Amino acid sequence: MDFLRPGTWEEALAMKAARPDATPIQGGTDVMVEINLDKGRPAALLDLNPVAELAEWSWTGDGAPMLRVGAGVTYARLIAELGGWLPGLAQASRTVGSPQIRNRGTVAGNLGAASPAGDGHPPLLASGALVEAASVRGTRLIPIAEFYLGVKRNALEDDELIRAVHVPPAAGPQYFSKIGTRNAMVIAVCSFAIALRPEERRAGTGIGSAAPTPRRAYAAEEFLAGELDWDGRGPLDPALARRFGELVAEAASPIDDVRGRAAYRRHALGVMARRALGWAWTDHTAGPAGRAPERSGDSG
Amino acid sequence: MRVNVSVNGERMSADDVWEGESLLYVLRERLGLPGAKNACEQGECGSCTVYLDGVTVCACLVAAGQAEGREVITVEGLSSGGGTRSEDVSAEGEPADGGLDEVQRCFVEAGAVQCGFCTPGLVVQAHSLIAGASGVPADAEIREALAGNLCRCTGYEKILDAVRLAAARACAARDTPLVPPQQGASDD
Ligand SMILES: Cc1cc2nc3c(=O)[nH]c(=O)nc-3n(C[C@H](O)[C@H](O)[C@H](O)COP(=O)(O)OP(=O)(O)OC[C@H]3O[C@@H](n4cnc5c(N)ncnc54)[C@H](O)[C@@H]3O)c2cc1C
Ligand code: FES
Ligand code: FES
Repeated sequence: MDFLRPGTWEEALAMKAARPDATPIQGGTDVMVEINLDKGRPAALLDLNPVAELAEWSWTGDGAPMLRVGAGVTYARLIAELGGWLPGLAQASRTVGSPQIRNRGTVAGNLGAASPAGDGHPPLLASGALVEAASVRGTRLIPIAEFYLGVKRNALEDDELIRAVHVPPAAGPQYFSKIGTRNAMVIAVCSFAIALRPEERRAGTGIGSAAPTPRRAYAAEEFLAGELDWDGRGPLDPALARRFGELVAEAASPIDDVRGRAAYRRHALGVMARRALGWAWTDHTAGPAGRAPERSGDSG
Repeated sequence: MRVNVSVNGERMSADDVWEGESLLYVLRERLGLPGAKNACEQGECGSCTVYLDGVTVCACLVAAGQAEGREVITVEGLSSGGGTRSEDVSAEGEPADGGLDEVQRCFVEAGAVQCGFCTPGLVVQAHSLIAGASGVPADAEIREALAGNLCRCTGYEKILDAVRLAAARACAARDTPLVPPQQGASDD
C-alpha cells in the first residue's frame, strides 16, 4: 500500500489522476473501519488532511448565494459554524455517531461512501445542494439528485475528488428525522428531511435508508406545492399532512434487512414525513423567527 | 514509512509503519504508550480516545500517516506521573498522586473505575467536555458527550458522578459559577 500526502489541492488532483486506484481519506471514519476489519485493502491512501483549504467554507454564487462547504469541514464544525444557515444539515449532523466521530467525519466523506443510510443525504436532497467535483480535467457541479447512482455508488469519475458541497442557506424551516435503536451511534433504520421554501411555494424532501440510494419524494413535493395554503398562516390540515406522509412512503422502495423490515420502514417514513411537515409548518406560521440569520463572513 | 508526531509534548517518530496502520497501533505498539485501549477498532467504543490537535478522536480511525506533524495527547499526557493512591502523601504534604489530572482523581474518588478498560478513553473525553464547558454540564450534555464511550462494568452512574464532581471542582478552581448564565433568554 502507498500513502500519498499532497500538500496542495493541485497536487491532490495530480496524484488522483496518476493513481486513479488511490482511495481518498478525509476523516477516515469509513475508510479506517474497512481497513481495520480487513474488508478491503486500498492500493493507496490519498490523505486529504494536509490540504488546508478543504477545511474552509465560504459564500459563493451570483444572485442566489450558496454556502460552499469545503470537503474537510467536519460535522462538529458544520454544526457550530453553519447551523444557523443550514439547520436541516446541522440537525442530521448532530445525529452522526458520537462526538469523536463528528470531530473527524465530513459530509464529503458521507458523499464519497454514498451509503443509502448516510445521514447527510436527505437534507442535501431537500435543500437542492450541488457537489463540486474536480479533476485535472476541470471542475463540474453535480446536482445532488444526480449524484447517487446505486448502493454505495456515486457519480464521481476515477480521477475526480470532491472539493466542496454547495448548499443554499435555508429559505424557510427545515427538519430532519431519523429512526434508530438508540439516541446516539446508530445507522438510520430510515430517515427523512424536509425544507420549506415559502417564497417559491415549494418544499424539498429527502428520504434515507429506504431505497438503493437516497432519493427525493417528487410526487409528495408536487402535492405540497399545489395543496399547501402558502399565503394563509392557518394550522396544517391533518388530512393534507396524512396524504403527504402516504406520498413520501410510496416514493420509497425499502428492503428487509437486519436494521428493519420494509413494511416498518414504509410506515415509519409516513409518520416522520407527517410530523416533520407539522413542525416546519408551525415554524412557518410563527413568522420570521424561524428564518436563517443574515449572511456574514467566510471561515478562516 | 516513518511517522513523526508530537505525543504529550514530546516529538516522537516511528519507523516501519504500515501505510494502513492506525494511530492507535502506533501509540500502543511502537511508541510504548498503552494508555489508549484497543477494543473494537471501528469507532464504536471510544476506549482509544485521544486528543488530535486539540479535539478528541478515536485513534483507531486515524491513519498513522494522517498524524504526521500533528499533536497528540493521550491519557498518559494528562497526568505527570507519580503514585496512584490518593491516600498516599509525600514528604511535602502533597498527595503522591499529585500527578493525576483532576478528572482522573474524580474517577477514582467516585468509584467510576471497575475493570478500567474503558477508563482512559472516558477520562480523555470527559476532560475535553469539562475544558470546554462553562459551569457544570447538565446530565443530558454529559450523556451526549460520552455517548461514544462504552463501559461494560459500571452501569455509567458512577461515571456521571465522577464527571459532575470533576466539573464542579474545575468551576471552583476557575472561580466560575456552577450554573452558567441562562443562554438565549431571548428577544423573541
Ligand atoms: C462509530 C461510527 C458511527 C457512525 N455513525 C454514522 C451515522 O450516524 N450516520 C452516518 O451517516 N454515518 C455514520 N458513520 C459513517 C461515517 O462517519 C460517515 O459516513 C462520515 O461522513 C464519513 O466521513 P469521513 O470524512 O470520515 O470519510 P472517510 O472515511 O475519510 O471517507 C469515506 C469515503 O469517501 C471517500 N472520500 C472522502 N473524502 C473524499 C473527497 N474529498 N473526494 C472524494 N472521495 C472522498 C473515501 O475514499 C471513502 O470512500 C459512522 C461511522 C462510525 C465509525
Ligand atoms: S477501539 Fe477505537 S473506538 Fe473502539
Ligand atoms: S470499568 Fe470495565 S468497561 Fe468500564
